[in-house]
Amino acid sequence: MTSTRCAVCKYFRRRCPPDCIFSPHFLNDNPQRFTCVHKIYGASNLGKLLQETPMQLRADTIESLYYEAKCRIQDPVYGCAGIIWSLHQQIQIAQSQLARARAEIAFLDANVVVAEPTPSPGEPVVQQNGVDYGLDDPYDFWFY
Amino acid sequence: MRSQEPRSSSSCAACKFMKRRCTLHCLFAPYFRADEPKKFAKVHKVFGASNVTKILNEVPEPQRQDAVNSLVFEAEQRLKDPVYGCIGAIASLQDKMFQLQHDLAVAKARLARCSTRTSYPSCSTTSPFSMLDGEFGMTSFDAFVVDQGCGLTTELRQHPFP
Repeated sequence: MTSTRCAVCKYFRRRCPPDCIFSPHFLNDNPQRFTCVHKIYGASNLGKLLQETPMQLRADTIESLYYEAKCRIQDPVYGCAGIIWSLHQQIQIAQSQLARARAEIAFLDANVVVAEPTPSPGEPVVQQNGVDYGLDDPYDFWFY
Repeated sequence: MRSQEPRSSSSCAACKFMKRRCTLHCLFAPYFRADEPKKFAKVHKVFGASNVTKILNEVPEPQRQDAVNSLVFEAEQRLKDPVYGCIGAIASLQDKMFQLQHDLAVAKARLARCSTRTSYPSCSTTSPFSMLDGEFGMTSFDAFVVDQGCGLTTELRQHPFP
């Protein structure tokens, strides 16, 4: 058996062929990476997913699967979905704060009595028109 | 000889999909109803039935519905975007957060300038918005910590996907 088996073939105690689909992405020196992904997705599903993915995108696919698996192991109930839900909440809070800040700016602008100098050319301008941050984002309704 | 478990009157979506007998104590039955076959199909394709079983067995029963919902959501995201899955959604939402933080910082700076120049015509010199400070936490612009403890968001910022 070759001594340069990938982490997957080493895990399954099998020969690592030259065209092993896992070997570019699961190196021998980091067995924990595969253990993590295998625990959540399984080697069979992982292999099928990789085969359906173009070669140039496989590295990113494995990275994202690894991150999601880590999240799921750390939070077995919510996994990555918990992060998305939390981000949505924080975005809604930030949008409320921004709307309030802009309303206050508009109020203060309307009540200025002292003459103001004209703004310098480089002065940033706060957008008065609200920017839609996707409150109707499809990710909003993941809780069934 | 296998013990004969009482059979359920109707198979759940998981047992129908796997073409097996659905028992009264089937782990999947409360969460994968027979009228939602696609839900289990998605989860099975991404995670596999045995991995879902392991995950559900690790979770206390009151939280299993939420666990199933989040698994279904993740499976749907992965099927929609086989390369990035949920991570793509997280990166997109984080971009929105960073933009919002920037806009809030600009607004805060503008408010500071407005406040120093403003002179109210009425006798009241208090902004009507100040009473809402506690409600919206206007002083907590920096409190947008996203990290859920797995270091994921820090890693995404340091190693963004191309």
